Amino acid sequence: MKYTTKCETIKILNLSNEQLLELSKKNLLSLSLEEMKVVRNYFKKLKRNPTDIEMETIAQTWSEHCKHKTLTGLIEYTEEENGKKTRRIYNNLLKETIFKASIELNKTWCLSIFKDNAGIIEFDSKNGVAFKVETHNHPSALEPYGGSATGIGGVIRDILGVGLGAKPLANTDVFCLGDPNMEASKIPKGVHHPKRIMKGVVSGVRDYGNKMGIPTVNGTTYFDDGYIVNPLVYCGTMGIIPKNKINKKVEFGDLILVVGGRTGRDGIHGATFSSIQLDKKSAVSAVQIGNPIIEKKVLDAMLKARDLNLYRAVTDCGAGGLSSAVGELGKKIGAVVYLDKVPLKYDGLRPWEIWISEAQERMVFTVSPKNIEKIIEVFEKEDVEAVCIGKFTNDKKLTLTYDGNVVANMDMKFLHNGIPKPTKRAFYKVSEEKIQKPIEMDSSEISSSLASLLADLNICSKEWIIRQYDHEVQGQTVVKPLQGNNIEISGPGDAAVIFPYTVIKGTKKGIVLSNGLNPQYGKINSYKMAASAIEEALRNAVAVGADVRRISILDNFCFGNPNDPEILGSLVRATKACYDVSKAFEVPFISGKDSLHNEYFINGKRYSIPSVLLISAMGVIENVENTVTMPFKKNGNKIFVLGITRNELGGSVFSKISNMKGGAVPNVFPSESKDIMKKIYSAISENLIEACHDCSEGGIAVAVSEMAFSANKGVKIDIDAVNIYSHLECESEGGIRIMTPAEILFSESNGRFIVEIKPNNEEKFKKILGGAVFSEIGYVSDDKEVIFESKRSNVKIQQNSEFLLNSWHNTINL
Amino acid sequence: MKKVKTLILRTAGTNCDYETQSAFELCGAVADRVHINTLIEKKNKIFEYDILVFPGGFSYGDDIASGKILSNEIKNKLGDEIKKYALSGRPIVGICNGFQVLVKIGLLPDPKFFKQIFTLSCNDSDKFECRWVYLKVEKKVRRESNCIWTKNLPDVISLPVAHGEGKFVSGNEKFLDNLNKNSQIVFRYSLKDGSEPEYPLVPNGSIGHVAGICNKKGNIFGLMPHPERYVFTLQHPAREGFNDRYGWGKVIFQNAVDFVI
Repeated sequence: MKYTTKCETIKILNLSNEQLLELSKKNLLSLSLEEMKVVRNYFKKLKRNPTDIEMETIAQTWSEHCKHKTLTGLIEYTEEENGKKTRRIYNNLLKETIFKASIELNKTWCLSIFKDNAGIIEFDSKNGVAFKVETHNHPSALEPYGGSATGIGGVIRDILGVGLGAKPLANTDVFCLGDPNMEASKIPKGVHHPKRIMKGVVSGVRDYGNKMGIPTVNGTTYFDDGYIVNPLVYCGTMGIIPKNKINKKVEFGDLILVVGGRTGRDGIHGATFSSIQLDKKSAVSAVQIGNPIIEKKVLDAMLKARDLNLYRAVTDCGAGGLSSAVGELGKKIGAVVYLDKVPLKYDGLRPWEIWISEAQERMVFTVSPKNIEKIIEVFEKEDVEAVCIGKFTNDKKLTLTYDGNVVANMDMKFLHNGIPKPTKRAFYKVSEEKIQKPIEMDSSEISSSLASLLADLNICSKEWIIRQYDHEVQGQTVVKPLQGNNIEISGPGDAAVIFPYTVIKGTKKGIVLSNGLNPQYGKINSYKMAASAIEEALRNAVAVGADVRRISILDNFCFGNPNDPEILGSLVRATKACYDVSKAFEVPFISGKDSLHNEYFINGKRYSIPSVLLISAMGVIENVENTVTMPFKKNGNKIFVLGITRNELGGSVFSKISNMKGGAVPNVFPSESKDIMKKIYSAISENLIEACHDCSEGGIAVAVSEMAFSANKGVKIDIDAVNIYSHLECESEGGIRIMTPAEILFSESNGRFIVEIKPNNEEKFKKILGGAVFSEIGYVSDDKEVIFESKRSNVKIQQNSEFLLNSWHNTINL
Repeated sequence: MKKVKTLILRTAGTNCDYETQSAFELCGAVADRVHINTLIEKKNKIFEYDILVFPGGFSYGDDIASGKILSNEIKNKLGDEIKKYALSGRPIVGICNGFQVLVKIGLLPDPKFFKQIFTLSCNDSDKFECRWVYLKVEKKVRRESNCIWTKNLPDVISLPVAHGEGKFVSGNEKFLDNLNKNSQIVFRYSLKDGSEPEYPLVPNGSIGHVAGICNKKGNIFGLMPHPERYVFTLQHPAREGFNDRYGWGKVIFQNAVDFVI
């Protein structure tokens, strides 16, 4: 077949509105009519038609993926509660909620927030730590292995491309998937089976992450039928960077160096494709092809070049490829790129394809002419291709040439600021939450519920996934994702701690990584979903020894179509919670990302995902020796629950397995739980805590069981001793009442920890707790029996800890 | 006192080089991470070093088979130097992917043959697995082996493994007998009490539960587990170790450094 490398003119000057829209659709530009009109007017002024490459550049730069136009656009928000409507206009949702909280908190240890490829906080006097989490949902739906591999590969490049480059220390991954054991006949046509997706995405992260030599230390997998058609794949990377390498500079005359992988036809339209609903015709060519070893070579060599001060700026080629990378670096001064110089995987690419291809493993460097030979030599010595493709100018224009002909010439200002602000409508109706009728269960019913909860997909062991990831490479994972007192048995850790001793010689400090998400809560109340996600992420970090005063968080929204006012309404509600809770805990957001349009069309019917906000937390720990794990340590030690247990079973795992309707979704009480978090930190710093575990899905019953079976120990718990709160905000059917044993055991109230204390530390521990709400609920026993008893209700649950371990352990084995 | 110099050989896809460097530094040695291209350019540079390390990772992506491309490259471009170095009696260790390389070059079981005799194949579980295991040093081995790397260790230690291809396989019974006879099988997977393990404590299905072997002379050592990931108690799942501070992996590196001194 003959191919062409011609650049074509797109005639838009005389198109009607309908024709403009048709053109946008036909060429996968994903531009709205308003946007197309602005483009047409711009070229009318220039008195010429655009070229294909100019249209593609605009579409990429203005894509939802690169511009976040929903979160930064105009939103007319209406909220209805108890029949009363309130309105509010947001000029820029992000700036008026999440970003605003960080600005107001003004933490001096936040070194770079919301402006670079990742957020950076202070690690010590000389170094910062950077963290970023990305989504790669649509590619993973079409091609799970390639989608997740390039997802992790892409976020690693974000860390390489932050400041002048950070050294990656750890990866995280979170998946939201359909039930892998679902009957094949129930899967809609044109959709991969959840089992295939799960195997694919796990293998993708495994192969890319392991080959990069970066440990995957934290994450979770969430199962809900709503993710069958549109799975979610979140990948995160944390890295360490010297403080004096945080700022980029681009100067007139600097050369543009493209380094690493070659450019091919893979990943064309990735950026614009992410804002289009998936259907069975979606093009797999939008999925990129990854090669971790090329990226590993880039990593090794670029850190060398960084430390030799051979470049002034760097950024990754992610969504939008060279167009996005060069466009961002040169947006204030201008740039010229000679597209025929870009190294290609094969001949035959048209200029616009070279420019927007999302081929992987490429980084773009800004190099002063005097260093160009030296830097190319550093790369070539390690077999990394590095080619100069253009230079930065001072004409504030983007100029592209191919074989000597100018194929694009546009104002940077138009490209970056010309996008019209869309106005979107958002609506949210706050639904009433009622406490369910008392849940009366006898001992054997509670017992069997406990076993079912442990075996539930959202609580059960994820060992099958975790062990396929090298979570120990670099030797710095000192609090591991699976935790045990020996190497034979382990339970689910709350967070991971990295001790970066190979990079920062002599340090005692560590970096904690954790996460929180709960889409079930979002189905009922998106404010509480967001608030709970933040609280859970913090709680997980605090449980291993983090100081809540030194934790930063990232937001990652995955929602359905934002043009649907109700979906956008729930997004607005969630961002409000982000502002409130971030402010109340004084925990700043440092970076974030949104992936909207997560939906899929089958036979004309729209399927939208259950909306979810993932919160990823990163904190700095003063002394890694002062960290704890979750298995119980010694017989006879006392067990405390910190925090108040409320009747909050709405959206709980228990309500799912027992088909319970109603119930209140767990709320967040920041002052109460922040106080407890600070006190846990003090107690861990003074070595008073033997084991600590966050109490979340499945409630006290699940948390205590996990602590027991991961230690191969027994436990005796007095249900009546748990501090409960009966004056609820929402009224119970039948008035205020005391909680039943099942409700106490399975409620998912936020703000609670289970803690193990040596008897002789009890006094000191209680002194630290002071006025916080806590109760002593039992002790660790030597008979390997897990017992929960309520004399008041005449209930006694007794299960062998090995039986519980097996219930928890054996669900996922693909 | 003389500073012991260690060369950690790296190439595309090597990834345990930093922690291996830190482990040798902790033992008082100088350790340089050297790219193979540098060594090929200046072949005699290798003789400036007292200890040679093939670290873990995925050299060249483990395309074809684990360690295959790197071992061919070394054999073709540095063959004479490597053989000479090995026969000189200087300590050489290959960890995980590095063990694969030693085997495929033929430095193990004996640099005199300089030929591959056995292999490390795909795990029985057919997947990459990262977990801690127990390793046993048998009484006979403790008494009779010349291995300089595994001295001063207790009967059973634990170390992490992380590999998809680590199953020790040999079609040659006589070869296995010889390894046994010469006390060259220095590490076998075991239970905590030293008895016979099952999966997952034999993570890969190795014949005879072999986890690490040395040459007859005892200077060349290859193992699948990662001692460089256990030099501090902090790195152990239950924070066990010795002297309240160190992990048992450190002893392995210390042995080589002390041998040179």
